[in-house]
Amino acid sequence: MVKWGRFLLFLVVVGLLATLVATTTKQVAGNITLGLDLQGGFEILYEVEPIEAGHKVDIELLKSTAHMIERRINIGGVAEPVTTAELPNRIRVQIASQSADQDKLRELIGKPAHLTFRDENGKVMLQGSDLAPNGAAVGYDELKRPLVTLKFSDPKKLEDATRANLHKPMAIFLDETMQTNPTIQSVITGGSAQITGNYTQESAQELADLLNSGAMPAKLVEKQVTSVGASLGTLALEKTLYAGYIGAALIFIFMLVVYRMPGMIANITLAGFTYFCMVVLDWMHATLTLPGIAGFILAVGIAVDANIITYERIQEEIRSGKTVLSAFRAGERRSLITIIDAHVTTLIATGVLFFFGTSSVQGFAVVLAMTIIVSIITNVFGSRFLLWLVVRSNMFKKPFWFGVKESEIREL
Amino acid sequence: MSYDKDHTVIRFDIVKNRRKFFIASSVIIIIGLLFTLFQGLHLGVDFKAGTRLDLFIGKTFNPADVEAVIKKEVPDVNFSKVIPYGTDLSQAYTRFDQTISSDTLMKVENALKAKYGEQVSKQVSSVDPSIAQEMVQKAAIAVAIAAVGIAIYIAIRFQWLFGIACVVGLAHDVFIPIALFSILGLEVDITFIAALLTILGYSINDKIVIFDRIRENLRTMKSKTIPELEHLVNVSLWQTMRRSVYTVATVFFTALALAVLGSESIQNFSLALLFGLVSGTYSSIFIAAQVWVNLKERNMKKKKEVV
Repeated sequence: MVKWGRFLLFLVVVGLLATLVATTTKQVAGNITLGLDLQGGFEILYEVEPIEAGHKVDIELLKSTAHMIERRINIGGVAEPVTTAELPNRIRVQIASQSADQDKLRELIGKPAHLTFRDENGKVMLQGSDLAPNGAAVGYDELKRPLVTLKFSDPKKLEDATRANLHKPMAIFLDETMQTNPTIQSVITGGSAQITGNYTQESAQELADLLNSGAMPAKLVEKQVTSVGASLGTLALEKTLYAGYIGAALIFIFMLVVYRMPGMIANITLAGFTYFCMVVLDWMHATLTLPGIAGFILAVGIAVDANIITYERIQEEIRSGKTVLSAFRAGERRSLITIIDAHVTTLIATGVLFFFGTSSVQGFAVVLAMTIIVSIITNVFGSRFLLWLVVRSNMFKKPFWFGVKESEIREL
Repeated sequence: MSYDKDHTVIRFDIVKNRRKFFIASSVIIIIGLLFTLFQGLHLGVDFKAGTRLDLFIGKTFNPADVEAVIKKEVPDVNFSKVIPYGTDLSQAYTRFDQTISSDTLMKVENALKAKYGEQVSKQVSSVDPSIAQEMVQKAAIAVAIAAVGIAIYIAIRFQWLFGIACVVGLAHDVFIPIALFSILGLEVDITFIAALLTILGYSINDKIVIFDRIRENLRTMKSKTIPELEHLVNVSLWQTMRRSVYTVATVFFTALALAVLGSESIQNFSLALLFGLVSGTYSSIFIAAQVWVNLKERNMKKKKEVV
């Protein structure tokens, strides 16, 4: 007896999925951050060396140096650089924009910061090197408002400077850019000064970092540079996507011809799989690079394999003379352990890639691991659920629908 | 068991001929080893310090002209022949033995812009020697750890004999692409390592499916004597043959599309995948499963002697 309810539920699920994919794909795809290799830009790996021998490079110095680099790039007018501190002593800077003054920016970043305190005539009164190491910090006044505290290594110098400029402004410059312009309220004798103003916790921290990095500027040595021209990047993306479409079309036709009705369901779940992977990528704020796309296409292969293993098993059971329903049950059950084993081992490989690989390999590993988890949900459980609905609707009882010829079926 | 084992069509006795497959693989591996030893691998900038320069010229050009421009701007450094690539040969590639400063490369780009127009754009990767060395080490460690981790998982989920057979198969699958890249003189860069690890994952995928079937059949079929065991493995292999062929075919054609139509920067990645896919499927059936047969038979003989 045909059970229309189940088939209707199947149609509703597929319809909802199709609507979701059709209405939101464009927006989701647009949100995904493309890597340098796909949109043009450049990446530099710096090794951080302390400017004075004997100073250690620690995570604090790395962070403040990375902050300083971001600040400098922003001064240069480029939006959204990505800086990553890599222990023990490296900073990776990625700028995904095709600006003509790439080379100028590199020069700007590499130069050690020069921090100066100047009087109203622009005369340099104090220098970054007068600040004690890590001498700038965030403090609070009586009303718990954030302020920046400064500690100078030579109290006498500060006393002289404040005496000479009492009630006058003293500007703090990073290179030739003024950062802040506080007015000196009193002669400071102890070597500790405070900068008050309308600071938030964040902006006070930012200024303190900046002053510290200016006070103890790390030396940056370029270790690796990768730059991609915009036209090369776009070309690479277009070609790779085109190859991806062709590959997907081949798989689509193959599944349909060999497995018929289950093949159709595999194609539906594969489309869902691709869509959800994009959603998760967007949600993770991951950057999609060329190796990432390659990893993704491979994950599609593994997802297809999960379906092939199951359908081959179902075909086998049908050939041995079982009804479609019991063949479906046995095939699903027997193939599950195999598929889970296979997915887990690939996850182990991605884990190793992530922990022991370098930047671009790590990106590849993250994409692969994510797709494998999504694949288990869509291509193992999702595809089983849909196939279950269709089989239980009793509309496709003939072995033909599963790609099995009547002549291949043995007598029990 | 529901379906009839005796009806499984064995088109070819794989187990009986296993020695031939061992010999064939050994020959390829030995030739590859000789090539790697004497010719070495063509290492990309990721592994060997220097600067790789990719140029988008945007129209057909004479490589000798581009070489002349580079020679003029970078007089003292050796660089490889400028090789055109891309569908209409409008792109070019060269590699410097040393790292080249960005100012110098800017000059090259500007000189080429003056010659060929504003559409010229460049892509640079340069690597310092210390970083290059570190990358090689990290990559080798990653491959070794991945293999060990996967083997331990198999030994726990299955049996240690399967674990050994798996490691032999994996070593085979990692080595074949390396040997082929050495023989063909293709460039090895960091994406090649990513490809190798992907091959590891994929090849284990394949081996698990086959081992799974052998394990399942061990429970239901007689395998007390050596002929019975060999029959069992033959049956298991032929039961999973369609899936092996179909799966490798779908992934193979996708990787082939990537290699032929995809971006040049992942062409070597796709090629490594192609070699690895074929080698992985081959070794699952003809090497790993057969190594297991050998180990198992030796085990059976030993037990008999004890009794």
